[in-house]
Amino acid sequence: MCLAVPGKIIEIDGNKATVEYGEGVTNKANITLVEVEIGSYVLVHAGFAIKTLEEKDALETIEIWKQVLDAADGGRPSEDAADGGPPDA
Amino acid sequence: MFQMRDRKMADEIMAKLKSMNLDIKIMHVCGTHQDSLVKHGLIDMLAEVGIDVRQGPGCPVCVTTPEEIEETLALARAGKTIAIFGDMLKVPSESGSLLKTKGEGADVRIVYGINEAVELAEKLDNEVIFIGVGFETTAPATAAILQSQPPENFSVLCCHRTIPEALRILISSGPVKVQGLLEPGHVSVITGSNMYEFLSKDYGIPQAIAGFEPLDVLMGIFMLATQIKNGEARVDNAYTRVVSPEGNTKAQNAMATVFDACDVKWRGFPVLPGTGLKLKPEYAKYDARLKFAEILAPVYEKEYEEPPGCKCGDVLRGEMDPQECPLFAKACTPSSPIGPCMVSFEGGCAIEYKYRRKD
Ligand code: SF4
Repeated sequence: MCLAVPGKIIEIDGNKATVEYGEGVTNKANITLVEVEIGSYVLVHAGFAIKTLEEKDALETIEIWKQVLDAADGGRPSEDAADGGPPDA
Repeated sequence: MFQMRDRKMADEIMAKLKSMNLDIKIMHVCGTHQDSLVKHGLIDMLAEVGIDVRQGPGCPVCVTTPEEIEETLALARAGKTIAIFGDMLKVPSESGSLLKTKGEGADVRIVYGINEAVELAEKLDNEVIFIGVGFETTAPATAAILQSQPPENFSVLCCHRTIPEALRILISSGPVKVQGLLEPGHVSVITGSNMYEFLSKDYGIPQAIAGFEPLDVLMGIFMLATQIKNGEARVDNAYTRVVSPEGNTKAQNAMATVFDACDVKWRGFPVLPGTGLKLKPEYAKYDARLKFAEILAPVYEKEYEEPPGCKCGDVLRGEMDPQECPLFAKACTPSSPIGPCMVSFEGGCAIEYKYRRKD
């Protein structure tokens, strides 16, 4: 019951929005608990948007984690540094 | 959202955990964490590197009490329309289950959220009662709906519970001594990470908030293990892409406007002071317990026992693994469950049955 699903707001009608979850799947969600506009990404739980999402936050996650792992023992194997590039998100 | 690199980073985390030579016990309070841990085999991998991950009372359906199920049954039998989350339907109680009562003619509707329950009330003349189960993820929706002046024939049987205060009781007096807490990602979206800080300060317990992808869970556990190893105690956040320090303040305000904290029993636990939510007097007309007090009065004349032989209480306290219950996969299966932990998708026994049943 505590799992929420991310989606994109494609239409707003008062307190209700149409949220698209990919592959054409849409559903209505109540948006009174968040500040959103058309195009916003939200986390939807039991018919309510509970959080606005930022795409950059997802991209940053892996970078933050890498730093946490690095800090734990002062270095990562060098092959990891070599394959660089942006992380998948 | 994480793909190609998952495996590599997961391997790196596991290697680091192994090199830490751990022998620790941690607890999570989230059915969805349990699902991820068991489904992806993480729980066994972690056991091999000295991390015993116990599940706590993190399944909202499982922690509802027999008395709350009996309240629901009494309202259904009295001809009210019951709007309820699907996984509450089969939870057995002494006098039956909602599914059975529905079979006997009661009007029981499965809804995905409280908004659908209100739509139902708008369409029907009958009294529609939403069974409000769930933690901070679900409670704000109930609050927002009640603030929006739903129809007069709508009410809520409020069975919401809150996590942080329950955690305090769990670590200060709980039966299982754990060295770290893995906090639930989507509850934390609402509460924010700051909400847990008192636990680390007052009780010296390390905490980490984690999401639900396998890598999210591993990272949260890695953060916990590092704190434990270094003798630190703070709230780490492995789910910063969704959980902020302050949480969803709009949702918190809605909850504070509509609910008062109350004392409530959790299945497997005694009454936990301050861990329940009840409607404030201003919202009394939507409180099913007041509106239908006469129907409910006989329910309170009795004490209800757990189903005979069921060990859900032990499972919810993290004292027992589901497979240690003598009834597991024998008398008790998802198609004929004896306790709620075998019913809910987030129940430890149902998760165990789905992924790890040994035939
Ligand atoms: S296996 Fe069934 S009877 Fe045993 S604890 Fe789980 S739900 Fe209860």
